Amino acid sequence: MSFDLYLIVESVPLMLSGIGITLKLLVISAFLGLLLAILLLLMRISGKWYLDWPAQVYIYVFRGTPILVQIFIVYYGFPQFEFIRDSIFWPILREPAGCAIVALSLNTGAYVSEILRGGVLGVGKGLLEAGSALGMSARQKFIYITTPIAVRLALPAYSNDVISLLKSTALASTITIADMTGIARTIVAETYAPYEIFISMAIIYMAFTWVLQKSFGLIEGYLGRYAKREA
Amino acid sequence: MSASDADPLIQMQNVDKFFGDFQALKNINLEVHRGERIVVCGPSGSGKSTMIRCINRLEEHSAGRIIIDGNELTDKVKDIDAVRREVGMVFQSFNLFPHMTIAKNLMIAQQLVRKTPKGQAREIAMHYLERVKIPEQADKYPIQLSGGQQQRVAIARALCMQPEIMLFDEPTSALDPEMISEVLDVMIDLANDGMTMIVVTHEMGFARSVADRVIFMDAGEIVEEAKPEEFFDNPVHERTKLFLSQILAH
Ligand SMILES: Nc1ncnc2c1ncn2[C@@H]1O[C@H](COP(=O)(O)OP(=O)(O)O)[C@@H](O)[C@H]1O
Ligand SMILES: [Mg+2]
Repeated sequence: MSFDLYLIVESVPLMLSGIGITLKLLVISAFLGLLLAILLLLMRISGKWYLDWPAQVYIYVFRGTPILVQIFIVYYGFPQFEFIRDSIFWPILREPAGCAIVALSLNTGAYVSEILRGGVLGVGKGLLEAGSALGMSARQKFIYITTPIAVRLALPAYSNDVISLLKSTALASTITIADMTGIARTIVAETYAPYEIFISMAIIYMAFTWVLQKSFGLIEGYLGRYAKREA
Repeated sequence: MSASDADPLIQMQNVDKFFGDFQALKNINLEVHRGERIVVCGPSGSGKSTMIRCINRLEEHSAGRIIIDGNELTDKVKDIDAVRREVGMVFQSFNLFPHMTIAKNLMIAQQLVRKTPKGQAREIAMHYLERVKIPEQADKYPIQLSGGQQQRVAIARALCMQPEIMLFDEPTSALDPEMISEVLDVMIDLANDGMTMIVVTHEMGFARSVADRVIFMDAGEIVEEAKPEEFFDNPVHERTKLFLSQILAH
């Protein structure tokens, strides 16, 4: 078997034309997932069982099932229901990209809420007592003490999750979406050259991951500036 | 509503505190008048922290009454807020907010709780930083300061809220020996200014020179309460004698 360099040169730009869709899946799902994660987190730490329990069940279900299955359920399963087809969400769920974004957001939200909760639990009890002793309300303590410290504590795990979300977006190609992976699969089907194509694709994802990692590294450095002794 | 000067600033009447089945405070009765300096000592686990933490409601007492400057501590948030505005607290582990500069540590509660404008809050912060003799550290982060400096910042932070009462829970126990005196000096300075103070400490030199009364606790009870000279030279109870012999032995 020969390794066709020319094919790589030819197909990389094609695959890169799917980067827009991959980016769209990543950014929108990360954003919606984060909002969902914050909501789940607030339910988890509310101290009210009727909020905590549903959040726990939700997290258990979405962490306990494969993301691919979740995508299939949203894409193939939801349209079976009349009430979904009649709902305001139908224009979104009718589109494969909409389904992918919904599934990815629902999934990442479950993971990220647990990551955030880890950050919240890592905030020293003594700091909150100091806040109380100074007369700060529960809300003020949450906003000015818990949140900034928890965000810094959670960031390394969160950046991992975003990187793993990037790779999950590749699953969107299974429901006809022409993201980078989708395009690569089409090229492979036409050229019968899986090695060249999939290896170039792997390199593109790695480059993408590198950019994400570096960006998060910068944010971590900035947020952690107070945790280092030398100024 | 402020009680007259003749009334005690702090009144604890028959206070009990349970953690589950475990009784951490047993029938505590304590009165502290304006300007009084009280030192509390006793073995580890005897309830010293629990007692002073009940005063600003970091712990909720299970029975009895606690009245601070005429405000009784009840479940009402309003009462708790009123009491916390009058009571400052310094912890063994400093508990400075690590993500805020020293100045911001001193300003944040002024701005949020007292609604002091930023500029004025900063002025007050600098005033108290000068008082604890570290104004030059204002723009650093807590981790860049030594333990002794951090504890002085913590004292200044509490003072920025202009409390009537200051509670200290073993403020020098986490410090390297060479830093203890810089913190005690600040506390002595505060005492000389007439601040009402309750200090949990085993620094017996401080107790002797500053305290109006020394309280000895054991197993959740106040066992002995006396002026420092009587307390150290003629303790009445066996448990006090035993404790003092252990403390003074090293
Ligand atoms: N939050 C808590 N839950 C259960 N037990 C506690 C709690 N806080 C303190 N205690 C118990 O109450 C007793 C008194 O504690 P504390 O007031 O911290 O003692 P001291 O400050 O004199 O060392 C100890 O036996 C301690 O284990
Ligand atoms: Mg203690």
